Amino acid sequence: MRRQGGLLGIVLAGLTAAAMTSSATTAAFAQDEIKIGEINSYSALPSFTEPYRKGWQLAVEEVNAAGGINGKKLVVVSKDDGGKPADAVTAANELVSSEKVVMLTGTFFSHIGLAVSDFAKQKKVFFLAAEPLTDAITMSKGNRYTFRLRPSNYMQAAMLADEAAKLPAKRWATVAPNYEYGQSAVAVFKALLSKKRPDIQWVGEQWPPQGKIDAGPVVQALAATNPEAILNVEFGPDLVKFVREGNTRGLFKGKSVVSFLTGEPEYLDPLKDETPNGWIVTGYPWYDIKSADHDKFLKAYQAKFNDYPRLGSIVGYGTIKAAAAILAKANSTDTDKLIEAAEGIKLGSPFGEITFRKSDHQATLGAYVGKTAVKDGKGVMVESVYRDGKDFLPSEEDVAKERPKD
Amino acid sequence: MSFYVVQFLSGLASAAALFLVASGLSIIFGVTRIVNFAHGAFYMLGAYVAFSLTERLSGALGFWGGIVSAAVIVALIGVLVEMLLLRRIYRSPELFQLLATFGLTLMVEDLAVLIWGPDDLLGRRAPGLRGAFDFFGQAIPTYDVLLRVLGPVVLGALWLLFHRTRWGVLVRAATQDRDMVAALGVNQKWLFTSVFALGVFLAALGGALQIPRDAVNHTMDLRIIVDVFVVVVIGGLGSITGAFVAAVLVSELNAFGILIFPKISIILVFLVMAVVLIVRPWGLFGKPEAAARQTPGLAVQPWRPLSAQARLAFVGVLILAAALPLLGSNYALIVGAEIAIFVIFAVSLHFLMSVGGMASFGHAAYFGLGAYGVAFLAKLAGLPMVACLLLGPLLGLFGAIVFGWFAVQLSGVYFAMLTLAFAQIVWSIAFQWVDVTGGDNGILGVWPAALVATPARFYWLALAITALSVVVMRVLVFSPFGYALRATRDSGLRSEAVGINSKRIQWAAFVIAGTFAALAGALFAYLKGSVFPDNAGIALSVDSLVMVLLGGVETVSGAVVGAIVYKALSIWLVSYTELSKLVMGAVIVVLVVMFPKGIVGTFDGLIRSGKLSFFKRGSQRATQAEGAE
Repeated sequence: MRRQGGLLGIVLAGLTAAAMTSSATTAAFAQDEIKIGEINSYSALPSFTEPYRKGWQLAVEEVNAAGGINGKKLVVVSKDDGGKPADAVTAANELVSSEKVVMLTGTFFSHIGLAVSDFAKQKKVFFLAAEPLTDAITMSKGNRYTFRLRPSNYMQAAMLADEAAKLPAKRWATVAPNYEYGQSAVAVFKALLSKKRPDIQWVGEQWPPQGKIDAGPVVQALAATNPEAILNVEFGPDLVKFVREGNTRGLFKGKSVVSFLTGEPEYLDPLKDETPNGWIVTGYPWYDIKSADHDKFLKAYQAKFNDYPRLGSIVGYGTIKAAAAILAKANSTDTDKLIEAAEGIKLGSPFGEITFRKSDHQATLGAYVGKTAVKDGKGVMVESVYRDGKDFLPSEEDVAKERPKD
Repeated sequence: MSFYVVQFLSGLASAAALFLVASGLSIIFGVTRIVNFAHGAFYMLGAYVAFSLTERLSGALGFWGGIVSAAVIVALIGVLVEMLLLRRIYRSPELFQLLATFGLTLMVEDLAVLIWGPDDLLGRRAPGLRGAFDFFGQAIPTYDVLLRVLGPVVLGALWLLFHRTRWGVLVRAATQDRDMVAALGVNQKWLFTSVFALGVFLAALGGALQIPRDAVNHTMDLRIIVDVFVVVVIGGLGSITGAFVAAVLVSELNAFGILIFPKISIILVFLVMAVVLIVRPWGLFGKPEAAARQTPGLAVQPWRPLSAQARLAFVGVLILAAALPLLGSNYALIVGAEIAIFVIFAVSLHFLMSVGGMASFGHAAYFGLGAYGVAFLAKLAGLPMVACLLLGPLLGLFGAIVFGWFAVQLSGVYFAMLTLAFAQIVWSIAFQWVDVTGGDNGILGVWPAALVATPARFYWLALAITALSVVVMRVLVFSPFGYALRATRDSGLRSEAVGINSKRIQWAAFVIAGTFAALAGALFAYLKGSVFPDNAGIALSVDSLVMVLLGGVETVSGAVVGAIVYKALSIWLVSYTELSKLVMGAVIVVLVVMFPKGIVGTFDGLIRSGKLSFFKRGSQRATQAEGAE
């Protein structure tokens, strides 16, 4: 049995040595740079996170080209969480204790965003959540250390409900992935739409597991409830399967469809010529945005990567730009100063000026609402209008009621 | 009425896809006894290769030629895998091949993204089968008709192959008793290779046929692999007809289930499997497994307790580990605590697998229950940390008592799959019961008490509990209870004959293993500060299996080394490499080839056979083994 002990010893000694070298390297970090930590699901979700990474890389380059943060070079240390909240916490620990980053940013999945935000609260670290959509992160489980960039589930639902209320349809059915994001998207949309249109009936719902939709039977079951309009929250490969079966079986014929996120290039592009016509969607029509802010971003992005941006690119770019602005305004790396600086800060983005609201730490970044169409064999958004996030934030009373007081 | 007919037909189309992949898995398992975790990866490769081919070839011939060529190409890859990798490890302990195929799966996932890019790919529709035809006002897609026909056709073709050809007779004979087939002089090498090729071909064909319906992407493998295992087990291992019936059953229950309970899909297959296995322990069409001929290693060279020297060495290593806070950074301590927790978890599964001979595919259930137990007590009841750590694992204990009672009625892979079903039931309760568990948003704010809040103190706490757990489980191995348990593992009949109540002994072992896993989960909750359904998920169950197999199933405490190596490696790779899955998979494959009995198991074997003379002195067993030679 002795050699087991021996092996154990070797491995532990190796670990100890590794730990020593890592602490040695961090001890010698330069005083003229500011490090921020970034965590995302790079290996689990490359279709979103690859463009996202390009986005923040562009932002880092621009920030440093413009003189860095009050003269100090901005450095982003990026880690993969593999799509698991526990691994995200490990990464957060590494960034904070080994890399000595001054703030954390990133995350895609809602539950990972929540795990990191709770870590931030416990360790008193500033956390700027990039993507997670769940309302909980700024509302029921919000904390003073956490800010969020993307328009929340509630905000996207509010934008879509506005449009949906204008439709004549009275019988609505819903289809959404069976997890928190899908559930809360449907719940908020239903509540908002029913408030505007008390005459609406909710006739059916389908909840396929995320990533495993059995599209044929789901489409058939939806059709059987005979709806006049459908709310869709499916995305990614599930969306493709749902749309293909729906097209083949004529589900969408003569019905209005309102759909979360479908206009984002990440989800719209794979649909190619099978993109359904006339769905009302939120998204990012990068080919169709006429503003100086966006033109500048688009040109820089295309020049650097020889590729077009996805929504992930906007989120990555916006996150690091916002982090840099907060650091510059605070002129300090102290967490309390950062929070103070971030609350109510005004900064530019490819979508125009945004701010982080003081009461719930939600950014006012908006989204484009438009209709889907097929152009040259590709899915596009047409008749797109920018909806400024500030017009769709949850009311201050709701924030006061739901958000815990710190 | 026409609606129900169409719903039924839709279910049949889904069943066809499932059946193709499942039949391949069933054939491979039947003959080679390999639990082929990479089957989903071959399915996914089939879809990717078919996508590339059909994009380049045109016309109906191009499309169908592309589909079939893709399946052939992937089958050839399968042949390479079998000849270069699996052939080296057929003589390894049971389930060890699962480790190799797990490594392959990890590699394929990253390779697919490298080759085909991260975006979801939309394959072509089948020429001439784009639309749907009308059936009393309901639409039936024409492509589905093809799939529906294809299922029974493949079933028939396989039946003919197995009943009307010499090769088929050999395959059936090998499924029943492969040792006897070998004894009769059949060249097993080529039989195994050809069977593996056929199985992979069917998987790849199933994947290729999805491209007109699905989006080709790098998560296809994991989406299907578990469902396919379930279908194979419901049908009965090695039974192609069973796989077909099970695929139809599962798909139809889903198609009609969602009309009444729209949220049922998430758990349906596992519920069906649990019910079927409880009622029919060998699946619908399966036969009782012939008593496996044990690899002689364990019976010939039984385990022994540690010598006095080895105990001293153990204490020495422990002191060394306890000194880590003097040297390491806070991050090293946090990682150290995580590794320690996974040592408990892996050792608890090892206790069940190696000592009890019961391989669980759902050990994370008890880890998760322990974590949720702590979270409930800490957040809902507001108990202090000490109380939570003591009482939280009781939820895992309770779960193990209930599930264990059902599970120990089964054996072999059926036992493994029933534990998986229970784990998925636990997971889906955690996932669905939002009011209590918070659903997938989890329970936040489970942080340790101030007394052990610093990384060093928490590390010491975890290390102490780990050391204690490992010692307790080792003491159990060499206690009368441990001897009885090993007797049930080595020979159920003989142990019954000498008066051992084997089911009760196994049940007790299950509960012990589950409770230690729950203890690990409880510590894990405090380490991470939050609890999620992931803590009971399949990925975690697979991780624990990998750790045990990597260490060596036929050793007393190999899982300790397996857990340290695997966990340290995976944390390091995820943090420092871009392609962590590719590297991790490659490392596992290399380790599998280098250490065909697991890391500790292989060292053990080398020492016994005297090849490692360095260790020989002072190792009693080595000298004895030499004497025997």
